[in-house]
This record gives sequence, structure tokens and C-alpha cells, in this order.
Amino acid sequence: MADIDKKKEMNSRRRFLITATSIAGSIASAAVATPFVLSMMPSERAKAAGAPVEVDISKLEPGMLLLVEWRGKVVWILDRTPEMLATLKKLDDQVVDPKSEKPQQPPYAQNETRSIKPAILVAEGVCTHLGCSPVFRKDVAPADLGPDWLGGFFCPCHGSKFDLAGRVYKHLPAPTNLVVPPHIYLSDTMLLIGSDRKESA
Amino acid sequence: MSKRLESMLEWVDARFPLTSTWKYHLAEYYAPKNFNFWYYFGSLAMLVLVNQLLTGIFLTMNYKPDASMAFASVEYIMRDVDFGWLIRYMHSTGASMFFVVVYLHMFRGMMYGSYRKPRELLWLIGMGIFFILMMLAFTGYILPWGQMSYWGAQVIVSMVGAIPVIGQTLSNWILGDFMLSDAALNRFFAYHVVTLPVLLVTLVFVHIVALHEVGSNNPDGIEIKKNKDPVTHIPVDGIPFHPYYTVKDIFGVVGFLIVFCGIIFFAPEMGGYFLEYNNFVPANTLQTPDHIAPVWYFTPYYSMLRAVTVNFLWVDAKLWGIVLMGGSVAIFALLPWLDRSPVKSIRYKGPYFKIALTLFVISVFVLGWLGTKSPTPLYTLLAQIFTVIYFAFFVLMPWYSKIDKTKPEPTRVKE
Repeated sequence: MADIDKKKEMNSRRRFLITATSIAGSIASAAVATPFVLSMMPSERAKAAGAPVEVDISKLEPGMLLLVEWRGKVVWILDRTPEMLATLKKLDDQVVDPKSEKPQQPPYAQNETRSIKPAILVAEGVCTHLGCSPVFRKDVAPADLGPDWLGGFFCPCHGSKFDLAGRVYKHLPAPTNLVVPPHIYLSDTMLLIGSDRKESA
Repeated sequence: MSKRLESMLEWVDARFPLTSTWKYHLAEYYAPKNFNFWYYFGSLAMLVLVNQLLTGIFLTMNYKPDASMAFASVEYIMRDVDFGWLIRYMHSTGASMFFVVVYLHMFRGMMYGSYRKPRELLWLIGMGIFFILMMLAFTGYILPWGQMSYWGAQVIVSMVGAIPVIGQTLSNWILGDFMLSDAALNRFFAYHVVTLPVLLVTLVFVHIVALHEVGSNNPDGIEIKKNKDPVTHIPVDGIPFHPYYTVKDIFGVVGFLIVFCGIIFFAPEMGGYFLEYNNFVPANTLQTPDHIAPVWYFTPYYSMLRAVTVNFLWVDAKLWGIVLMGGSVAIFALLPWLDRSPVKSIRYKGPYFKIALTLFVISVFVLGWLGTKSPTPLYTLLAQIFTVIYFAFFVLMPWYSKIDKTKPEPTRVKE
């Protein structure tokens, strides 16, 4: 009888020790894994490389697209002609978010033209589907995009289309309008991209 | 064998299971005697694996995993390193041929019901190998840092960003930066040459151990182990793998190498399907090429990714596309439990299964072809139709495989 009790006690002690050792081992493994996992996050150097960029747009002509690099992404600056701006109204019922209600732009660009100055569009040239850079297609009614095309941006990867304010057409893979990055005019022809406060220039 | 060699072998066998392993896996591994053409592709996949490991080691001797030097170092291998072009073409052609033989190997399994009990785990291990292989292909394609490398990776990594809540953090963690850059190239190199090959070799080993535990299936889909010689306990329809199938496989290797060398020497780019023309242009982070498409072996999934254009059940089209694409690969893993047919092999299955498998193969080819094309409304519609057929093959299988008119299985394999 006493032997059996002793065995039972040994078993429960053993089980306790096994459980305790397993838990301690798991905690130690997690602790060791932590620095390795964290070493894969963006480094301090990568974090520091996000400074805003200044762009001189004095040479930008109507209908012309300027490409600027900010944080490794392409930012478009498009000077839209009056004819181009006139197309936007016609497309209101063909685009997903005609009034730019989703937060894809700073509040000061939440308007009909999605811009501070009506003519100048500043938008990230990164498709909101899977990150390709759409192609600027200002030709009206080209053969490949059909007779209804009024000019805009076409993503060659998966066929998403955006109008000249970066608003996405319905029933295409991309879910939202192109992102308008924070930006501000330092003067009439100097644009700061990446911040909307003059002091960050 | 000389006395001396024999005693050496005894010395080793007392310390390591050499002779017994040789017998268990080769000389006394009894495989069904009715293997046909479709049974070449397992051993050919091993051959390509060895090719990739060997050529890969030599490529790392000259390749530089640095965004500013990678493209030039690949050109250096192609132009200035003696026979560098040959080694690289062996590696790049090997990548495509890996998928050719693995797809044929999988198709063989689907035809003859090789995924059915007791080989479910074998099939799942194979799915693991397939997944690692896709990761290897993806990370390897990034390394030359050409336009297709960059934008292809951009698309795939953006998918991670689409995961609700944690997507953005996870994407930063994967890239080691806030966008695709040198940090990502450097670590994808590490995955491509260390992590993934180690996993692949391990899984291939486990795949073979599992195969030799349950025994090979065959074109008749019947178990040869059910009919053993009462005295020797050897399956009456089995023959030793060595020398019978080692010799058969060597014959397959010769045929394969003729095709392989033909591609390496005469069409290493395979008309832009094995090596895409846009990847001969260095990565430009500001401009996506006018036409981007993945390498041929990913095009069916790519078609399904972009086939979804409507939002559904509070989830937007983008995430559905990603789910569908992942699902189209993952759903293979369910095959052992979807097939309710009383027989394994297509030889004894009824017309429903034959029609379903034919439609499935057609849809894979059509989706694959569409994936190489620029999207137009007609192509998108076709992609949607064939995506439905693709999934119907799996989803409806429990039903059509059950009511199908099957023929009775024989008790012995046919010659």
C-alpha cells in the first residue's frame, strides 16, 4: 500500500516537473527567438530614410506628368488641362468613390479634383491593388482601352483603371482611389512632398 | 566481392545500417511491376533537384545579393565567367523543368488516385514540397533584380499587405523596409540559398521515407501488398526497385537530358516563357513595364488572382483574388478526402471523373495562357469562367465521384 502511494506521489511530482520544464523551455525559446524576429524589422537606417522631398514645378506644362521619388515610391505630379478636368464630372457614376470618402487623401485634397490647386494632381503612382505603377494614358479612346476611355491611368499588371484624379473605376481589382500623399506648396512653383507643414522643408 | 571488401562492409554494418538500408530502399523495395511512362517524373524531379543544388552553389560564387550590384553580377556570370552562361542556363532551365516534372508527377497522382488511403500523408508531404518549390522559384526570380524581378516581387509582397489588421506590419517585417529594396533582396537571397533548400531536401527525404513505408501505387490503383507470396512474403506483383526500376529511370534520365540540353543550348529563354525579356532590363522602381506576367508556371494562379472584380460578403475584390489564388494551390491538399470513388485509378473510374479531369486540365491550360496576356474584358470573363471550372473539379468531387459508374478493380495488376 505504502509503495503504491509513493509511486503515485512520484508520478504527480514527475508530471509537475515535466510541465514546469516544458513551460520554462518554451519561454526560453520564445525569448531567444525574439531578437531574431525583431532583427528582420526595418533597420534604423531604413526608418531614417523617409524625409520629405522638394520639387520645382515651374517647368511643368499642361498635360505633362512629372515623376518624383519619395520613400522609394513614385509620386506623380500632373498638370491637368481644362479639357482633362472636364472629364472628371462625366465619370462620377463609373468610379467607386466619386467623392473621395475613403481616407486615401489628406482632408485638403478631399474635393472634386482631389488636389490643392485644381489643375495640379499629386498622387502616389502605386496601384492600390498590388503595388504596380499604372501607366499614364492620356490618349482618348485608344484601341486597347475602348471608345469610352477619356484619359487616365491604366495598370498593366491586373487591368485596374483610374481617372485623371486617381479615382478607381468600378468592377476592377483595385479597391480604392490612388493615395494622395501629404504635400504643401512652399511657393507658387515649389512643392513639398511627404509633409504638409512648411517647417519640414 | 573480395574477402577484404566483405570484411570492410561487415565492419561498417556493425556500426551503421548500410546494407540493410540499401536493401530496404532499393534492392528489396518491391514496387508494382506495371509502372508506365508517368512513373518517370518522381526520379526526374530528384535529378533536377540535384542539378539545382549543384549549379546553385556555383552561381553563388559570383552573384552579389546587393540591389546596386545584383543585375551586373548576373551579366558578369553570363559574359565573363568561364562557362558561367552554361551554369546559369542549367539553373534557370532547371527551375522551369522542375515545375514541368512536378506538375506531371502530380497529374500522375490525380489520374491513378495515388493520394487515396493509405497515401494521404505522402500526398500532403508532396504538397509541402510543392509549396517550398514555389517559394524557391519566387525568391530565385527576384535575385537578378531586373524589371520582372522587382515588379513581380512587388505584386506578391503587396498581397501580404492586404491581410486585414496586421498586413502592413507583416509586410515591413518581410521586406525589412517600408518598400521593396536592397534589404529584401539580401534576405530573399538567404532564403533562396539556405533556408528553403534545406527544407526542400528534408521534405524530399521524408516524402521517400513515407513512400517506402506505404509502398508505391500503380496505374491500376490496387494494393500489391494484399497479394503476397505465402513463403517469401514478397508481393507477387512486385519487383525489386533495383535493378528493375533504377535501369528504367536511367532510360528516363537520358530522354529527359536530351530535352533539357536542347533547351539550354538552343532556347534557354524559351521565347520569353522561361526567362522573360523584361528581366533583361535592370529594376526601375519608378516604372512598371507595360506588360507584366509571371513565369509560365505561376500564370494559372495569376489569372485567378485578377479574375475577381466584384466585392462580395464585406470583403473587397482584391482580398478575394488573393484568397482564391491561395485556395487554388491549397485545395490540392484536400484531394484525399474529396474523392469518394470506390476505385482509385482512372482506368476503372467512370465517365464523370474522366470528363471532370479533362475539363480541369483544359482550365489549367487556358488560365495559364490567359495569365501571360494583358487583361481585357473578354479575357477577364474567360478567366472567371475557367476559375469556376477549376474549383468545380474539387468542390463537386465528393458528389460526382460517388455517383460515377465505376468498373470493378482487378485483383492482380495488368501487364
